[in-house]
Amino acid sequence: MSAAVTLRNGLDERLQATRANGDMALVMYLTAGFPDADSTLRWGPLLAQNGASIIELGIPFSDPLGDGPTIQRSSQAALDAGMTLRGSLDLATAIHADVDAPVVLMSYCNPLFRMGVKEFATAAALAGVTGVIVPDLPIEESSELATALAAAGIHLIFLLSPASTEERIRRTAEIASGFIYCMALTGVTGARANLSEGLPDFLARVRACTDVPLIVGFGVSKPEHIKRLSAHADGAVVASALVDLVERTPVDARDAAISAFVRELHASCSGS
Amino acid sequence: MVIQSSQQPASGASSYPDPMIDGHFGSYGGQFVPETLMPALGELVAAFGEARSDPEFTRKLADFERTYSGRPTPVHYARRLTERLGGAQVYLKREDLAHTGAHKINNALGQGLLAQHMGKKRIIAETGAGQHGVAAATVCAMLGLQCIVYMGEGDIRRQALNVFRMKLMGAEVRPVYSGTATLKDAKNEAIRDWVTNVNDTYYMIGSALGPHPYPIMVRHFQSVIGIEARTQMLESTGKLPDTVIACVGGGSNAIGIFYPFIGDADVQLIGVEAAGAGVATDKHCATLVAGSPGVLHGTRSYLLHDADGQVMETHSISAGLDYPGVGPEHSFLKDSGRATYVAIDDRTAVGALHLLSETEGIIPALESAHAIAYAAELAPSLSRSHAVLVNVSGRGDKDMETVSRELGLTLGIDADAGGRR
Repeated sequence: MSAAVTLRNGLDERLQATRANGDMALVMYLTAGFPDADSTLRWGPLLAQNGASIIELGIPFSDPLGDGPTIQRSSQAALDAGMTLRGSLDLATAIHADVDAPVVLMSYCNPLFRMGVKEFATAAALAGVTGVIVPDLPIEESSELATALAAAGIHLIFLLSPASTEERIRRTAEIASGFIYCMALTGVTGARANLSEGLPDFLARVRACTDVPLIVGFGVSKPEHIKRLSAHADGAVVASALVDLVERTPVDARDAAISAFVRELHASCSGS
Repeated sequence: MVIQSSQQPASGASSYPDPMIDGHFGSYGGQFVPETLMPALGELVAAFGEARSDPEFTRKLADFERTYSGRPTPVHYARRLTERLGGAQVYLKREDLAHTGAHKINNALGQGLLAQHMGKKRIIAETGAGQHGVAAATVCAMLGLQCIVYMGEGDIRRQALNVFRMKLMGAEVRPVYSGTATLKDAKNEAIRDWVTNVNDTYYMIGSALGPHPYPIMVRHFQSVIGIEARTQMLESTGKLPDTVIACVGGGSNAIGIFYPFIGDADVQLIGVEAAGAGVATDKHCATLVAGSPGVLHGTRSYLLHDADGQVMETHSISAGLDYPGVGPEHSFLKDSGRATYVAIDDRTAVGALHLLSETEGIIPALESAHAIAYAAELAPSLSRSHAVLVNVSGRGDKDMETVSRELGLTLGIDADAGGRR
């Protein structure tokens, strides 16, 4: 086992607690600065109050090649409204100060590399960030960022796919910490009506290699999905479905709609 | 003439990186893609590694290059251009004479055969100006493969002729509306398709960029340009050229002609980027001249991005150069000093298109006109014994509407488009 496994922060504590209760961890995603910074600041705490275990803040990028249309649109809207990596870190700082739920960031490589991985790791630690998800950074290219983040007490969260080979699952399991982000499908992000048939099989293959918490994302959009996953994973990420909800709800009804949606999802997370 | 499709740099380049070992050119290159694509890239590395050392594959490729693409393309001594410039002797490598009118066919043919060899029947590609899209559609028609081309909605309007050519050859052209609706967004969309359909789909990247092994694979299939040109220069002049010049967008024609000369330390290699309205403005795509290292579309290389790491919008009169990134091997060659990179603006490139048309009866593509323009700037200061080899990467037919618009003329009405001098 690598040194990374010894890294512990609020993210591990939260995931240990949900697992001990037999609950699913509910990871709720917001695109930083979508539709504006004030909304993100208000919705972070709202998600936590209504049952989110972890807040995932997405840093907008001009070329989000792993994302479907929903998050492409929210990212572009956030960029058009002036959001930046530094602005996103400020939002993370404010949300962290306001809520118990650990904050993790999602960013493509380029904004992080442009800032410099050490400077980014230091700034993220100051913001109280506990984990960083980088969808275009496979294990082969990860050592520089992983080292910088570990030195700052932050987990680099690796992703696995149903297309991952046994060997890649094993190699990822060896260096994983925090949690492993298990993609529910081969494809881009976006709400789907159904989970794939082969998903339990894939999660079992990963589970056989590691005790690190497994959190499932990509296409997870409903309480039924979370219920179905509870026998196979430690948690679920709901991202595009929340952004879709924001897009289709009139501005003054959004806070209430978000609260109701998260409560409904949270109700499906309880193991008891 | 012997056409050899498998090669290594000549002696003297022993420290040259071999990305087949770890996927990198020094600190550039790599595989910055979603995990879902990593097993597929692993498969591709293995299949390409086998194919390039397989004599049967190499023979098949060489046969198609000869009977289908029309290779070898000639090297032409540009006598009147040389006289006009009054300095170095200018030689032209005529990739404009290859089937489909540009060097893009070399790569499409190689990758098409590889895809067929791997048993993939669904081919996806991205295109900007449409030249790679046309080459992909051409090869897929000839090999009987399904072809889907992603193209920015803005480019589809600008390059209607190439869209029609692709459709004639049975390809499906899918418009991309996201982002800036140009080449970079078409690449994003092709990658999204690949992530979704990774089991049965082959992604045919059109330039020497993207994740490993694409940069080295595209170089391999394009190196036929430099291998031929090196032999042709030796045959016709008895020596190697002193300077080799090529335009650089993603950099596939440039790496194709540069690579076989890398070990020839006395041969100067110059890549010409597009300065658009000028590198001091925000309307250019001179990535190596004005950018800094970053990650886009799976590779670490020079990139035009803002202080926050957001990829910038670019501009060039030549759609084929209009891209914010560049192949990672060019970044390595720039930093190592083995090649130098300069930029030529829109107006100068159009002037060079006129110059070559009038002096040699060769209408170059606007992309290639950037290389001609730099040769025209350089040649007068050099001696008569200096030989400059310029890669004419494509022919200019596709650009006639753009050029006439630049001159304020309308095709079919103003008959005096030429003969301005």
